[in-house]
Amino acid sequence: MAASIGAARSRALFRRSCGKRLSAAWGLLGGARGLAAQGETHLGFQTVPEAEKEQRVYQVFESVAKKYDIMNDSMSFGIHRLWKDILLHQMNPYPGTQLLDVAGGTGDIAFRFINYVRSQREYRLRQKLKSHQNLSWQEISKSYQEEALKPLGGSQVVICDINKEMVKVGKQKAQHLGYTEGLSWVVGNAEELPFDDDKFDVYTIAFGIRNVTHIDQALQEAYRVLQPGGRFLCLEFSQVNNPLISRLYDLYSFQVIPVLGEIIAGDWKSYQYLVESIRQFPTQEEFKAMIEDAGFLKVEYRNLTAGIVAIHSGFKL
Amino acid sequence: MRFRPQCASWNTVPRQQGAELCRKAARCFDPFALPSGADMAAWCAGLLRGSGLAGPLYPGHVPTSPLQKALLAAGSAFAALRDPYRHDMVAVLGETTGSLALQRLRDKMRHDAEGYQILRERPRIRLSTLDVAGLRGLPDGTFGREYMRFLEDNRVSPDTRMPAKFVDDEELAYVIQRYREVHDLMHTLLGMPTNMLGEVVVKWFEAVQTGLPMCALGAVFGPIRLKAWKLQVLTTELIPWAVQSGLRANCILNIYYERRWEQMVESLREEIGILPPPSIRL
Repeated sequence: MAASIGAARSRALFRRSCGKRLSAAWGLLGGARGLAAQGETHLGFQTVPEAEKEQRVYQVFESVAKKYDIMNDSMSFGIHRLWKDILLHQMNPYPGTQLLDVAGGTGDIAFRFINYVRSQREYRLRQKLKSHQNLSWQEISKSYQEEALKPLGGSQVVICDINKEMVKVGKQKAQHLGYTEGLSWVVGNAEELPFDDDKFDVYTIAFGIRNVTHIDQALQEAYRVLQPGGRFLCLEFSQVNNPLISRLYDLYSFQVIPVLGEIIAGDWKSYQYLVESIRQFPTQEEFKAMIEDAGFLKVEYRNLTAGIVAIHSGFKL
Repeated sequence: MRFRPQCASWNTVPRQQGAELCRKAARCFDPFALPSGADMAAWCAGLLRGSGLAGPLYPGHVPTSPLQKALLAAGSAFAALRDPYRHDMVAVLGETTGSLALQRLRDKMRHDAEGYQILRERPRIRLSTLDVAGLRGLPDGTFGREYMRFLEDNRVSPDTRMPAKFVDDEELAYVIQRYREVHDLMHTLLGMPTNMLGEVVVKWFEAVQTGLPMCALGAVFGPIRLKAWKLQVLTTELIPWAVQSGLRANCILNIYYERRWEQMVESLREEIGILPPPSIRL
């Protein structure tokens, strides 16, 4: 008797313990993802008016800004660095690429972009010098001078974030790490980007799009500011398909991450919001459909770490 | 030769009962009597079950599972040790480890007339509820005046106390809140400043008085960061005095301090049972 109901009960209890029962208690509309009734949307497992969500999310990131990087390292055991490196490899920028990094906050993607472009440029320079065996000293020194003047080969990255605190932390980090050129910081809303049409070669948004109130508007803006031939790349937490990993991931997310948030950053609620917002984000296929709706072509996605994170990519053609 | 297990009860109870007891004891150590799979699953689920299935019990309540409480206790202990100025970590440690001690304190309060009144009326010590000008105007040596002096000299405020978050009972949340607000008053009564040495002395006193594990941990690990001469003063004079006073004194949460502002500090000390502090420059 105990054995037969025990397993089912413990599964139910497990699900409950993951906080989903709280959502039922709070009267969430059937746990659905798309809420259009009365201009309401989800904030984690809570339901809030749409107008309020932006403000609440702003407050979350304002309070976690200073400890954002430390928390990322602690929560993901440093694996987030690998995810971001993989994103850059998939982007494969060449010297001269114009990147717009939205929700770029503390600048992780931008700094990696600069490193990548710099190393690409050095590599090309070395190849060029190797291929011309009998250059005069003047020609060699001229090519080094050119390299010193334009180490990025004309690449630029614009980091756009809605949150001033995150931008502030990002600027301090840039100064601390020595990134002085090729960067510009803009405070702006992903749903209404302060840029002209057809301006950028690559648009990235890493771990930011799930915090946007109207994801479709953000995707439309992305389409607008990209040049024809431009690429949209999104790195975001997604749904895990493997049931065993999913259960372990849920356990870790709901039991450990808010505790880490409390101990390291002194903020339980923000990290509770974080893990809940991950559960509310569309699946890989649904998000792919949303990107296609915005007009992007050749939309693909790639799962990392068994689907904990996914990179979606699309082209404006 | 027949084996006779060395049960303590062997000689005191009749032989048959003694044999029965020993058989029961032997079963506990039976390595093959493992809990069933369903029991283990239920235990694991219990470990992960949040404490606030009906929602938060009071404003600021964060429901937590036993596993989360254990992680919080370990993490906050480590964080508080690493950086003693993280008062929020000390507070979290107190909440997650103090449920037994808080229940005992609440019972002590219930069985005392003044304590029971405090539990019913739930007074809070905050700058908005205190008559700061009035307290400052009191004569020197009164409890209210000395408390104001303590707040000014050490540049602290009663409003910086963290509200309770991880206590799963509304009344116990108030008890720990009251304990935190009374902490500054203890500094005043014991005459201890808010530097490391003073805090350690007050923690020794509170550890004996309240039995909260957080106080005991702070009392034992606090002195690690002290200089040698301070440590000597601490161990030879201050700790014995604090412990003696703690054992002698009535429960510190059973005094309605808001009604004692005009009382002289010495008289209040005597009433509670705190010995006069040793005269040392801290």
